[in-house]
Amino acid sequence: MPAEPRPTPPLGQRAKVLDMAQVDKTFSGNVQALSQLSLSVNEGDFISLLGPSGCGKSTALRLIAGLMHPSAGRIIWQGGQGSGDLGVVFQEPTLMPWATVAQNVWLPFRIRGKSFASARGEIEAALRLVGLELFLNAYPRELSGGMKMRVSIARALVTNPRLILMDEPFAALDEITRHKLNNDLLALKAKIGCTVIFVTHSVFESVFLSDRILVMAARPGRVIREMRVDAPYPRSETFRTSPEYAAHCRATSEALFAAMGETA
Amino acid sequence: MSLADTGAPDPAGALVDAEEVARARARTLERTGRWLMPVLVMAALLIAWERVVVWNAIPHYILPGPGLVLKTLIKDWALLFSALLVTLQVTLMALAVAVVGGVGLAVLFTQSKWAEMSFYPYAVILQVTPVVSIAPLIFIYVDNRLAGLLLCAWLVAFFPILANTTLGLNSADHNLRDLLRIYGASRWQKLRFLQLPSALPYFLGGLRIAGGLSLIGAVVAEYVAGTGGIGSGLAFRILEAGYRLNIPRMFAALLLIAASGVVIFAGLAFLSHMLLRKWHESAIKRET
Repeated sequence: MPAEPRPTPPLGQRAKVLDMAQVDKTFSGNVQALSQLSLSVNEGDFISLLGPSGCGKSTALRLIAGLMHPSAGRIIWQGGQGSGDLGVVFQEPTLMPWATVAQNVWLPFRIRGKSFASARGEIEAALRLVGLELFLNAYPRELSGGMKMRVSIARALVTNPRLILMDEPFAALDEITRHKLNNDLLALKAKIGCTVIFVTHSVFESVFLSDRILVMAARPGRVIREMRVDAPYPRSETFRTSPEYAAHCRATSEALFAAMGETA
Repeated sequence: MSLADTGAPDPAGALVDAEEVARARARTLERTGRWLMPVLVMAALLIAWERVVVWNAIPHYILPGPGLVLKTLIKDWALLFSALLVTLQVTLMALAVAVVGGVGLAVLFTQSKWAEMSFYPYAVILQVTPVVSIAPLIFIYVDNRLAGLLLCAWLVAFFPILANTTLGLNSADHNLRDLLRIYGASRWQKLRFLQLPSALPYFLGGLRIAGGLSLIGAVVAEYVAGTGGIGSGLAFRILEAGYRLNIPRMFAALLLIAASGVVIFAGLAFLSHMLLRKWHESAIKRET
């Protein structure tokens, strides 16, 4: 299934995946984590949520994942949500240490009652997409940090989900591995046309990866600017060194700086 | 435990500098020392024991020498061995029941907060009350002697399994819990795919403690039950030999009990190593 390509249509013609309308989330003690978040996600989008700590980025992801419910507002999946519609990648690889790489990637299918044998094709295809087809039977402890993260990504896309949530997935990796994984993630996107919401602290990462960046401010968590990065995919190292990239980074940095100023 | 130390030898010819050679020598020395030192200590103690008995001409009904103990062990082997089997039977059955009861209660407690709130305090009370003080009561109300012995041994042994397994079931990675929720896993799937494997190392730690405790429980219960006859265990043989001032036999029986305890511990440590060696930190050998 992940092998089946799904080319991304141009921005104006993408089908809608998910709509968030004026979503508020208030925690007990009257802490407002999110205020009036509206966001519509279209097929093939790569959206980054960028902002300082406490701006509600992770809360937004947890709301979309259904791990919490909004205090006000609505989150609507176009055509309803099925159990394989969502893939998640956390900041940690979050693998089961007692299971092999292949068994870890099997997990979403296993929960749906699909046997390992019948899911084997999808598992192998997903691992091939992240370049780990030779590590099916390895245990997580035998892998490097970057490889573990790849397994985590393979697990997120093995069900061919309509939306993948990534919560600072590369924040704990070294700069070199991070660059490599950023490039590979875009190559992956070009191949299977996945839709991603990506939470990050890094201006550079968000500009390199996304076509939309939501710059958020804290207390209460809210979106203060939406930036578009209209450079066409696939993007490569040449994009990283282009003046266009530098201009986008600068504009995004300024927006983020403004967001931090408004926080005070 | 030194079970992990029997692993692969150093790749030959890989030693290039003096520091590496010194380190390799230190490792070999440590490997040998790990079994040689206890053996030397044991030998020294035995010799000292034997000399003290001979030099002070201590009569054997007060303190027999190690040689006499060994002779008695061989002479009384039939009697002592059948008693050992009885004690071991109670011990292993109690351990089995402790595993079932401990894991069962732990699963129940993690599935239902209400069950935990209601019953956990009583599990603690059972644990902190000395078994010697409950055992006489148990033998008043439980007619079947084997059942009484089992109950006593179980009371001593189940708690470490319960406590450790509960801790293990609750320490599953919270992100993995979230992931299972996102994928719509049922309670049973969460238990099977995530919580039970997470709890395995903790359970095995508890099992090692419970193995020793169930032997202690079985022996203590036999002391209290104090019944003799055909089906009596080692503890009763010790009591009986004591009444008859047959001190060498007391020592021989004691030797058997201690040896059983060591075998049980080593067996459980080996089991734990085999189950965890592929993935758990505790069973993985590291360089440096």
